[in-house]
Amino acid sequence: MLVSQQQKLQEEIRALVARHGRTRAALMPVLQELQEKYASITDFAMQVVADELGIHPSEVYGVVSFYAFLHHEPKGRFQIRLCQTISCDLAGKARVAKQLENELGIAFGETTPDGRFSLEWASCLGMCDQGPALLVNDRVYTRVTAEQAHRIIEECRSVFGAHATQAAHA
Amino acid sequence: MQPSDSRKTPLTFDTIEPGSGLAAALAKSRADIIGEVSASNLKGRGGAGFPTGTKWNLAAAARVHGEAAKYVICNADEGEPGTFKDRVLLTAYADLVFEGMTIAARAIGATRGLLYLRGEYVYLRPHLEAVLDRRRKAGQLGADILGTPGFEFDIEIRMGAGAYVCGEETALIESLEGHRGEPRNRPPFPVNTGFMGQPTVVNNVETLASVTAIFAKGAAWFRGIGTEKSSGFKLFSVSGDCDAPGVYEFPLGITIAELLERVGGTGAKAVQVGGASGQAVPASQFGRRIAFEDLATGGSIIVFGPGRDMLHVAKNFMEFFVEESCGQCTPCRAGNAKLLEGIERLERGACSSAYLNELVRLCETMQVASKCGLGQSSPNAFLSIVTNFQDEILGRTPADR
Ligand SMILES: Cc1cc2nc3c(=O)[nH]c(=O)nc-3n(C[C@H](O)[C@H](O)[C@H](O)COP(=O)(O)O)c2cc1C
Ligand code: SF4
Repeated sequence: MLVSQQQKLQEEIRALVARHGRTRAALMPVLQELQEKYASITDFAMQVVADELGIHPSEVYGVVSFYAFLHHEPKGRFQIRLCQTISCDLAGKARVAKQLENELGIAFGETTPDGRFSLEWASCLGMCDQGPALLVNDRVYTRVTAEQAHRIIEECRSVFGAHATQAAHA
Repeated sequence: MQPSDSRKTPLTFDTIEPGSGLAAALAKSRADIIGEVSASNLKGRGGAGFPTGTKWNLAAAARVHGEAAKYVICNADEGEPGTFKDRVLLTAYADLVFEGMTIAARAIGATRGLLYLRGEYVYLRPHLEAVLDRRRKAGQLGADILGTPGFEFDIEIRMGAGAYVCGEETALIESLEGHRGEPRNRPPFPVNTGFMGQPTVVNNVETLASVTAIFAKGAAWFRGIGTEKSSGFKLFSVSGDCDAPGVYEFPLGITIAELLERVGGTGAKAVQVGGASGQAVPASQFGRRIAFEDLATGGSIIVFGPGRDMLHVAKNFMEFFVEESCGQCTPCRAGNAKLLEGIERLERGACSSAYLNELVRLCETMQVASKCGLGQSSPNAFLSIVTNFQDEILGRTPADR
């Protein structure tokens, strides 16, 4: 990362900490905002957060590594999370999963080389009456069929690209 | 497709005018508020079924440490597989939920409330913030609420980040305090030592909305619904093999057979009551009641049609627990992995009865030796399937898969 980018991120984190309070209880909200904006939380970001909150960076890493929605590794601009739990399983998630893999050319747990899409499994999304369900970032899709997999991905590419997560691959 | 309305029956909550419950509560003394909740016999809707009045009484009596204050936390982590009724409540009845929190605050003397919303429901946040804003403007949150001198309370929304275990109340508190969501030993309980070490009431979304209904309509009315030990109505999240999956309201005490009739699921071979941590009830037991005295549940009902492979079901649940165990204690961390391995062995048709019996003993160890409810209840589904569907799981050949 360039020095100017590091400075910018540092200032940003300082502003986040100022807003959420310089306490340990602010850690989750700060990390969640970083995650939302940059799609991952880098070593550098963790170091700055730790410094600002006066805790050891390994404490921050411990938290990031615990939660499924916080990532240390870079993730795609669009994170597709398909529910793998029982009701969506009964409703046919396996075929949706296969078709998502076919469309993106990656397996679950992977990110496309262009950094656009990550494919992940999720535990129960709370859409059990309308499965198979998936999340694309914070947007939920229900009763997804294998045929719709292609359309959802195209939608990501065009419709809501404008206000999607800005991936931090810089 | 975009999500549709999950409601399949009219809900009692439709008949509760926002504001009426809070006004009725604020007309009472603190002791009488708790008395009313106790008289309603309301038990926690999050799954454990602890009497709400008793919990509030303990928190009201607990001493604050230092300058700080008491807290009310709404548990909106709704992670139990097959549960989605809290999503419906937060979408369509958020006022009633926030009002229940406000009544709880009045009862125990809390000044701050937190709603812990699961990360998967982040799309509900703007709506919830808007409802909070409206309530602040209407004098239902903030200082001197509804003209009650000295009654100050406000609510903040905090997000979870995709961890089922954070629905466990002490893990939830750890998460709110900026830590990994690892459950604490209990005791001490949150009513004494909760968020920031202060007395804290943690209640489920539906419990809090039910409190509001109780103050709007009276404890006697609520007690008149359901059974002697399981008062009131309950929301059920119904999914799986039935004609009309969705959210239903029934009085507690309904039998599984009656419920299946209503949701178009007659002919099912089994019903999972209580989600992954609940049990698979076979058709021969469909006369059993859904109530705290028989089959207790936070409301998750998953219907399995005649063609379903119960070993596949058990495997899905065990994969869930292996994924979601926080890994803090050995019986749960290693036990769930071992059970999943056992299921894979059963799938291959390579499991002896002796080995199966060993797995059953492992389940018993996990139930008593795990630190929190996750590890204590994760063997339930496996045990019920092994017990009730033994002919289906032993001696499998490739053709059975
Ligand atoms: C692993 C685990 C997950 C839980 N998840 C939830 C949950 O998502 N929502 C909830 O209200 N309670 C959940 N609970 C129960 C809570 O620990 C707690 O009992 C409940 O929030 C108390 O509220 P109530 O008395 O109003 O039901 C969970 C418990 C365990 C052990
Ligand atoms: S029982 Fe499981 S989830 Fe609970 S503390 Fe132990 S390892 Fe963690």
